[in-house]
Amino acid sequence: MAASAAALRNLAPLGVRLARLPPRGRAAGRLLQQRRGIRLSAPAAIQVTVRDALNQALDEELERDERVFLLGEEVAQYDGAYKISRGLWKKYGDKRVIDTPISEMGFTGIAVGAAMAGLRPVCEFMTFNFSMQAIDQVINSAAKTCYMSAGSIAVPIVFRGPNGASAGVAAQHSQCFAAWYGHCPGLKVVSPWSSEDAKGLLKASIRDDNPVVMLENELLYGVPFEMSEQAQSKDFVVPIGKAKIERQGTHVTLVSHSRPVGHCLEAAAVLAKEGVECEVINLRTIRPMDIETVEASVVKTNHLVTVEGGWPQFGVGAEICARIMEGSAFNYLDAPAVRVTGADVPMPYAKILEDNCIPQVKDIIFAVKKTLNI
Amino acid sequence: MRRMLLAALSRVLQGPAAAAAAAGRTASRVLVASRNYADFASEATFEIKGYLKSALCATLLVHGSGTKLCCTHGGLTGRVAGAAVVYYCLLEVVVEEKCDLHRLEEGPSTTAVMTREEGLHYYKTMQTIRRMELKSDQLYKQKIIRGFCHLYDGQEACCVGLEVAIKPTDHVITAYRAHGFTYARGVPVREILAELTGRKGGCVKGKGGSMHMYTKNFYGGNGIVGAQVPLGAGIALACKYFGKNEICLTLYGDGAANQGQIFETYNMAALWKLPCIFICENNRYGMGTSVERAAASTDYYKRGDFIPGLRVDGMDVLCVREAAKFAADYCRAGKGPILMELQTYRYHGHSMSDPGISYRTREEIQEVRSKSDPITLLKDRMVNNNLASIEELKEIDVAVRKEIEEAAQFATTDPEPPLEELGNHIYFNEPPFEVRGPNQWIRYKSVS
Repeated sequence: MAASAAALRNLAPLGVRLARLPPRGRAAGRLLQQRRGIRLSAPAAIQVTVRDALNQALDEELERDERVFLLGEEVAQYDGAYKISRGLWKKYGDKRVIDTPISEMGFTGIAVGAAMAGLRPVCEFMTFNFSMQAIDQVINSAAKTCYMSAGSIAVPIVFRGPNGASAGVAAQHSQCFAAWYGHCPGLKVVSPWSSEDAKGLLKASIRDDNPVVMLENELLYGVPFEMSEQAQSKDFVVPIGKAKIERQGTHVTLVSHSRPVGHCLEAAAVLAKEGVECEVINLRTIRPMDIETVEASVVKTNHLVTVEGGWPQFGVGAEICARIMEGSAFNYLDAPAVRVTGADVPMPYAKILEDNCIPQVKDIIFAVKKTLNI
Repeated sequence: MRRMLLAALSRVLQGPAAAAAAAGRTASRVLVASRNYADFASEATFEIKGYLKSALCATLLVHGSGTKLCCTHGGLTGRVAGAAVVYYCLLEVVVEEKCDLHRLEEGPSTTAVMTREEGLHYYKTMQTIRRMELKSDQLYKQKIIRGFCHLYDGQEACCVGLEVAIKPTDHVITAYRAHGFTYARGVPVREILAELTGRKGGCVKGKGGSMHMYTKNFYGGNGIVGAQVPLGAGIALACKYFGKNEICLTLYGDGAANQGQIFETYNMAALWKLPCIFICENNRYGMGTSVERAAASTDYYKRGDFIPGLRVDGMDVLCVREAAKFAADYCRAGKGPILMELQTYRYHGHSMSDPGISYRTREEIQEVRSKSDPITLLKDRMVNNNLASIEELKEIDVAVRKEIEEAAQFATTDPEPPLEELGNHIYFNEPPFEVRGPNQWIRYKSVS
């Protein structure tokens, strides 16, 4: 509860007016401190942007394990196209942070080969749209090799970069690849939302001995989130394959990943004023998907709305719906599950068109009300 | 006597050229005035030995007074009376001592002939592109243009030189730094700016944006680095297939030159003798990475290996034009693909989100601006050789500014595309169908 309260407060810079929730947990402790002058041993939470969280994770993992190195376009001397790797080349040098030419297929293959030979590369795609140039190496070389070699060759590699829509970058730069990579056995696919997610999942991904695709979001890079003291520790990892309930609720389950998690929380705040309590689940991992958390929630709320930025056909939401149908939670649904997705078109450039191609808070609210028949 | 007269005349006309030679600049920059008699049917040509080994043609058009100087072969007759200003209607220029060549016995002509009309046209076109890009910079900073915006200022001589060397029926494809080409290929400034601002009057109705502008025989505007190169070879394949003697200019940058798909394309284009001119616009930096840090070989004109290549000064519109003509002739003769490297420079950073000074110095940018600016080069050439006056060019500047202002006005006041446009053009030549929006209750109609 405190975490979601914190998350909601963090959305305030986005200009969203939120319902006030009574402070609980750490926040309550601070309030007590202020009013009564009582010193509690409240841990110091700080505001950290997703960008800085990723930067910290990379820094810590580069320091911890000398087999870890970063390669990609502009990651070294330019400090990263989106400044995620700021300062790292200066600190670790040419051997650990490598600028590549614009040769995705080539450098991805090189990274995978390095992983097969025992290094632990972090391969950055400037955006995941460019990973399509290299996708053969990601799937056929990285994802399948452990299986094909009956476990004798591991590929401990992380592919990371911004995924999905940004702002006004048009069709070739706005695609979401969650469904594409989530489709493939042999890969793990994670999709962080908050700074904690970003840092914890990147650290977990680098420490994982399997190829991990980490789908970040450019619009989240500059957004600050509260990070607990625990999350600030150098050994903080977020387990891959475990979803997080960002907000408890009773009437409907909203399942999402990446930036739309924030939209879901906004929608939940609006709906709460009307007496509808949404349970918001942040998937955190696309593959292996934590369907159990979703099922348990659906059993409780009896209604399901999935929210994602990608296209509807064969998407993350489609998978969730299918799995719910296959599992025990199906019998607890009082209405068909509903998907909120990106519009089924290549992303247009003009602002009015683009705005209507991504799931908005109003679309989520509409879907919830349709599901609940209100 | 005749010899003295000729010598005197050429000295006078060569004034600035002689001065330049005295200043120690290289021969390739020295201008030689060309004179071609306008009224006579035949051209009068004579050689003056000892001047840069170039042939001088004789033309003098006396502006304003109506009197013409007659030049006959080997001689000079007639008088100039009362002329206040003398303009040449034609200029013959030594453009390069020699291009760098790869697997070519000979290269493009080292002299170029430029008429006054051509010069004014090149000047106006380049100036329009320059001002259009600067206006885009301004609109971007005002947040009226959003997303990506990759500006072309500094590189104008490339797109203008290429366009005037080919025919409108030829084909062009380039990467994302495409506004200059879009204009050169015939899209009006207002439609380009309106596309950048995402309005329905944009050349693709606001749906493409900066990197995705198209028009007849211009295939964009492509966002994925290097992907346009195989596309260009495919267009060339169609050209060969249809047999209409058309060619395709396929452009890419120094950064893209390291893309594997380009080498695959070289192989197939050469194998199948496709009429494709591969053109590498080398502006020395691929985003923040200099050519030395990205390429094991920075001789981009040689990277086609078995494909002949030439390296050209991309800041000189006449160099570009002559090289492109040479390359076009080569392709049209059925000899297969050819590769051109244009050495050029961009003043802006990679895009509007790149200040452009973390990987290069302000001094470098300033130096290029002061010594090699393509528009200044052309202007000086024209003014110093009396092809046009400074005032005349200033008038063109004023007219261009006006055009840009009007276009910007249009681009900022034109309405955004209607929401119905969202679903359209998913398919081509298809009966209308329904498109799903963000949820199952939001539907758009898709019309081809």
